[in-house]
Amino acid sequence: MEGDVVQMGAYIGAGLACTGMGGAAIGIGHVVGNYLSGALRNPSAAGGQTATMFIGIAFSEALGIFSFLVALLLMFAV
Amino acid sequence: MSSEATGAEHAVDEGGLVFHPMDQFIIKPLFGDGAVAWYTPTNATLWMGLSIVAIIVLLVLSTSKRAIVPSRAQSIAELAYGFVYKMVEDVTGKDGVKYFPYIMTLFMFIVCANFLGLLPMAFTPTSHIAVTAVMAMAVFLSVTIIGFYKNGLGFLGVFWISSAPLALRPILALIEVISYFVRPVSHSIRLAGNMMAGHAVMKVFAAFAAIAIASPIAIVAISAIYALEMLVAFIQAYVFAILTCVYLKDALHPHH
Amino acid sequence: MATQTHDAGQAVAEAPGMPQLDFTSFPNQIFWLVVTLVIIYLVLDRVALPRIGAILAERQGTITNDIAAAEDLKVKAVEAEGIYNQALADARAEAQTIAAETRAEIQGDLNDAIAKADAEIAAKAAESEKAIAEIRASALEAVEAVATDTAAEIVAVLGGKADAKGVAAAVTERMKG
Repeated sequence: MEGDVVQMGAYIGAGLACTGMGGAAIGIGHVVGNYLSGALRNPSAAGGQTATMFIGIAFSEALGIFSFLVALLLMFAV
Repeated sequence: MSSEATGAEHAVDEGGLVFHPMDQFIIKPLFGDGAVAWYTPTNATLWMGLSIVAIIVLLVLSTSKRAIVPSRAQSIAELAYGFVYKMVEDVTGKDGVKYFPYIMTLFMFIVCANFLGLLPMAFTPTSHIAVTAVMAMAVFLSVTIIGFYKNGLGFLGVFWISSAPLALRPILALIEVISYFVRPVSHSIRLAGNMMAGHAVMKVFAAFAAIAIASPIAIVAISAIYALEMLVAFIQAYVFAILTCVYLKDALHPHH
Repeated sequence: MATQTHDAGQAVAEAPGMPQLDFTSFPNQIFWLVVTLVIIYLVLDRVALPRIGAILAERQGTITNDIAAAEDLKVKAVEAEGIYNQALADARAEAQTIAAETRAEIQGDLNDAIAKADAEIAAKAAESEKAIAEIRASALEAVEAVATDTAAEIVAVLGGKADAKGVAAAVTERMKG
């Protein structure tokens, strides 16, 4: 159980980086929630905007994946 | 941490997991234990080859009867064709349809590799940044080349947002340029990261299953995550393809 | 720093860390990826996509033809229905005229028959009345005769001497009363 300060810092940093995923979760929730409320108001227009919703989800999710990647890099590559 | 400690003991250090969650991504030669040269057939080669086989079975063999009233397998092939075709046509417009085979190639490869990677003991080629980065760079370069070829210097209009106030345009142009060059990065890391994250999480829970008390929870969690990963496997392929279409649309019609 | 030594140790297969960042395997993956993509592209572009496209186009053609044929048949059906309705209306009108004619004819016959029957009944009634009058007259005569005879007999039986003339007069008197 002995390690050095660098490793400890890396692990703490990885944990902190994981909080970024929460932001991505909030973002995706916003995208889908707004899509859904719009879709319920105007169901006829909903079908054409599904692709746009997925693009929005993808952009939002990418940032969460970045933070996940930072966490992985700190854990395994630093 | 000494360099000796980074060896086999490392896995034991990690909170006592039976195996390391990242072990599944290691590239091994199929035959023998030698070094991985550029031509060595590896497990990545095997699973890429299996995705080729899956595509041939799905799209070629199933349609060999050319039935007007389709069988189940044939209707899957038609569904995939119609899905991607409609996506390309909707996003890029009529003049983007000639790039449909390329986008279909990317989509089918990603979707097959993702789903085959979900099989137990499988290897997921799309979880490797090398694979997705090559695809993303190919998309990025070809989109840039198509943009300049079709529009000449007018392609630079994609960075010059004419609907914005004049004072803001240089700043917006800078942001657009940066986001343009970040595209291949996010495009590739999104796919690889999603695949890697899902498989790593499954492996972490699988390691918990070795602990007797936690095993029921772990098994339920693996089932739930497996279902989620099936969804993600499809959605990431869809997102990769549709973003390719969006970038292609920018190249074909640079003026917003 | 563990970093440098760690990265150096990653060529060993069981090294921990991210296999994704093991740059020694990159040429291998890229090479096989390119091979895979080229094969998939050739398979799709040469075989699968034209075939599926042809199947879909053929089905679309069949469906379009079928829809056109169905439209045709529908128009024909509408025409046929019109003709049928026309025929039905004609037939109904004809039936109605025939029924009216028949009814008028029957009514005429009936009126004739009733008139004839009425006349017959009237004739019969007149005849009967005459017969009844005759019968009544003869009956009255007979009653008078019987009464006279009876009265004469009764008078004789009672021991009186009956004058025939007187009896007859008395009977006639009584009969009138």
